Amino acid sequence: MRFDLMYESFFKIIQGIPLTLEVVFLSTIFGLFFAIIIALMRVSENKLLSNPAYYFIYVIRGTPLLLQLFFIYYGLAQFTFIRESFLWFFLEDPLFCGILTLTLSTAAYSAEIIRGGMQSVAPGLIEAASSMGMSKMQRLRKIILPITIRQALPAYGNELILMVKATSLISIVTLMEITGIARTIISKTYAPVEIFIVAGSIYLLINFLITRMIKFSENKLNHGTIQ
Amino acid sequence: MRIIKVFTTLLITLSLSTFALAGDWSKIKVGTEGAYEPWNYTNAAGELVGAELDLARDLCARMNADCEFIQQDWDGIIPALVQGKYDVIMAGMSITEERMKTISFSSAYMTEPAKMSTLKGSPLATLSTAKNLNLDDDSAASKGTIGTLNAALKGLRLGVTAATIHEDFANAYLDVDLKIYPTQDEMNLDLSAGRIDAALSDSGTIEAYMGTPSGANVTFFGPNIFGGLLGEGVGAGIRQGDADLKAMFDKAIAEAAADGTIGRISTQYFGKDLAP
Repeated sequence: MRFDLMYESFFKIIQGIPLTLEVVFLSTIFGLFFAIIIALMRVSENKLLSNPAYYFIYVIRGTPLLLQLFFIYYGLAQFTFIRESFLWFFLEDPLFCGILTLTLSTAAYSAEIIRGGMQSVAPGLIEAASSMGMSKMQRLRKIILPITIRQALPAYGNELILMVKATSLISIVTLMEITGIARTIISKTYAPVEIFIVAGSIYLLINFLITRMIKFSENKLNHGTIQ
Repeated sequence: MRIIKVFTTLLITLSLSTFALAGDWSKIKVGTEGAYEPWNYTNAAGELVGAELDLARDLCARMNADCEFIQQDWDGIIPALVQGKYDVIMAGMSITEERMKTISFSSAYMTEPAKMSTLKGSPLATLSTAKNLNLDDDSAASKGTIGTLNAALKGLRLGVTAATIHEDFANAYLDVDLKIYPTQDEMNLDLSAGRIDAALSDSGTIEAYMGTPSGANVTFFGPNIFGGLLGEGVGAGIRQGDADLKAMFDKAIAEAAADGTIGRISTQYFGKDLAP
């Protein structure tokens, strides 16, 4: 074990943390936005809304993230009409493609988590709310969403951790995040074990902080409920 | 009891395979990348093919050895040799001082310059430079050639594959926005898509791509680059302890070069004689 090398490479690898966090942060925000819309579509009784949501989730969850990234970055670039359209302004950028892929992925998984949370709301609560004269929007805002968030939070915390780990794939589209930098160092030092231990520890630390944050919000939200 | 038996058998098999008797080279495992046409690549049927596969079979026959090919991603190809996953690397790997710190090499079996490529119609395509750039040559002329390249490429996006002599060259000599790819195939796709302005690689590899429909609009520019940190040609990578295996490869390569086998194989795959 070459500890001096681990020490040296630590300072190079941490330079990848901002990119990793940027990708996680942006795709999580956009992903959550789409996830809420998709979950609402999914529970809708209108087939025109629920079917597209169902198939979107089906395709994204049923295919490997690595292939999705390949398809969006290298695959779409094969079509001349895409390269000549305004879309190319976005798709040319590896960072955009990385964030887009992860956004779609987390949107699909989170939509299912949110749907599960929504369906866990006891029908009696909704009936009681309507009998008190609450409108559909009021019921969503005051009854369904608060209970959904409380129910879905533990599973959503899990999804956030998976997102941090999923960013390790984006080095294949030339983005030098934690894993990308680690691989570059390995290719020069030929010491995969040492370098991957360093990179792995950094992911562990990031995910430790995320689990603490989730735990903190869970406690906050459960405050005042009967347990 | 049964599980102990299985375990013991496994251990014995493992130790036998790891600590094969020194000097017993009747079976040689050859590691290659399989993503570097025409040196070594994977055909539509999923088989490993290429100039180095043909050459390895020829060399193995000369050494009276059974050769087995093992595919390994490029950025892990040296660690896997050191760890004993295979005995020899034949993967278009140039002999460089940097790599010699970790492994040893046979004598070179083929030599080929590095070259830049871009899309036809790019301003770079018409760049005029000296024909050759020898990095061992410190003269004003070669410094001028590097200067011309740098001026033309300044701030542009240049693609290289990770952990190659081309990446080292770009880091040492050029002031560009460097994009690093896991394999040549991915870099080719981005060159055609216009995500990079130019690519730097072995000339033969990019020539193979130019022969395909998607690579038809790719063209060379700039000098043939060789020498210095680009190394002394392509050789077989061998663990530093295996001096006997290196001697066997040196002898077989010398014979294959002398009787025209290397010339024939390289002409078949590269359209020119790359014998050292």
